[in-house]
Amino acid sequence: MRAEEFAERRLELAGWPVNVASYRLGSEWHPKADNVSPGAALARAKGTTREEAERRALARAEELLGRTRRQAV
Amino acid sequence: MAEYAHPETLVTTDWVAKHANDEGVRIVEVDVDTKAYDEGHVPGAIAWAWNTQLCDTVRRDILSRQQFEELMERSGVTPDTTVVIYGDNNNWFAAWALWQAKVYGHRDVRLMNGGRKKWLSESRELSTEAPKVKSTKYTAKEADVSLRAFLPQVQAASAQAAAQAAALVDVRSPQEFTGEILAPPGLPETCQRGGHVPGARSIPWSKAANDDGTFKSADELRQLYTSEGVDGSKPVIAYCRIGERSSHTWFVLKYLLGFNDVTNYDGSWTEWGNLVGADVERGAAAKATGARA
Repeated sequence: MRAEEFAERRLELAGWPVNVASYRLGSEWHPKADNVSPGAALARAKGTTREEAERRALARAEELLGRTRRQAV
Repeated sequence: MAEYAHPETLVTTDWVAKHANDEGVRIVEVDVDTKAYDEGHVPGAIAWAWNTQLCDTVRRDILSRQQFEELMERSGVTPDTTVVIYGDNNNWFAAWALWQAKVYGHRDVRLMNGGRKKWLSESRELSTEAPKVKSTKYTAKEADVSLRAFLPQVQAASAQAAAQAAALVDVRSPQEFTGEILAPPGLPETCQRGGHVPGARSIPWSKAANDDGTFKSADELRQLYTSEGVDGSKPVIAYCRIGERSSHTWFVLKYLLGFNDVTNYDGSWTEWGNLVGADVERGAAAKATGARA
């Protein structure tokens, strides 16, 4: 078994930059979303297509990022 | 181009592909996301969970000497084993595991440069089977506390910041450093106050890594840290939130740049940011004195 079609892209969710990396293991897609800075993993998911799997991971990531409070500095 | 100070502490994904099943070599995956190993790992690799196997689960501390010995024995590791560690997030917790192995004097422990991401992106072979491991007998050395910073040392370094007796390096994101956020975006807040240890320099860990997860060159790393006044001429204390990102920077400073006196403050911001009465600095740091542009 090997990870196939590994790809990464950047986008913004809830006002924060997000990196999503996904690849295929057999017939299953595995995406992982992280918060870019510092790069902590936010969500993983599985799906039968890249789009479906990434949509699930990004939905969870957006939910978590939406809870982040910004303080006045 | 300059070499790393200790190139023997890094191996490539190619090296792992060729030597993962050699006698005397143990490959270990340590991830932030402890489910990643089950999805597929380097064939022959075992896994250590950072939150249950690489810390004392009762009091907040790293493994005791006995706990470390038991982990090595369960992992089939002897004092002569070459232990190669890799993981997700550019080897965050892999570096945390390596740091603890060095604290307990394991002679030959290395990181797989690029970690799990590089292995996946190169479409290398994966396995979902955990290997059968024959347990060993392991005697660790006394903890080498010269690799670890405790609160009093950090307080002293902060108090002497103006005199530049030591360099405090905050490796968290810029927003965590300034106090804009109390934890990385999307993660639970684990401190009462935001900001940084007074006198600390902000050098996020990620500046030491390339996009593919590998470490930057020795020349790039030296330029990065020297530009913030961290040149190895005085003791360095690295910290982050819980000590794993700072393990990454500790590894860079200690083994890739070869600085002698580098410690990891694993208490990090979850200790300092919850201390009653501790001074906290907010906002951006002033430019390092004598720093190059």
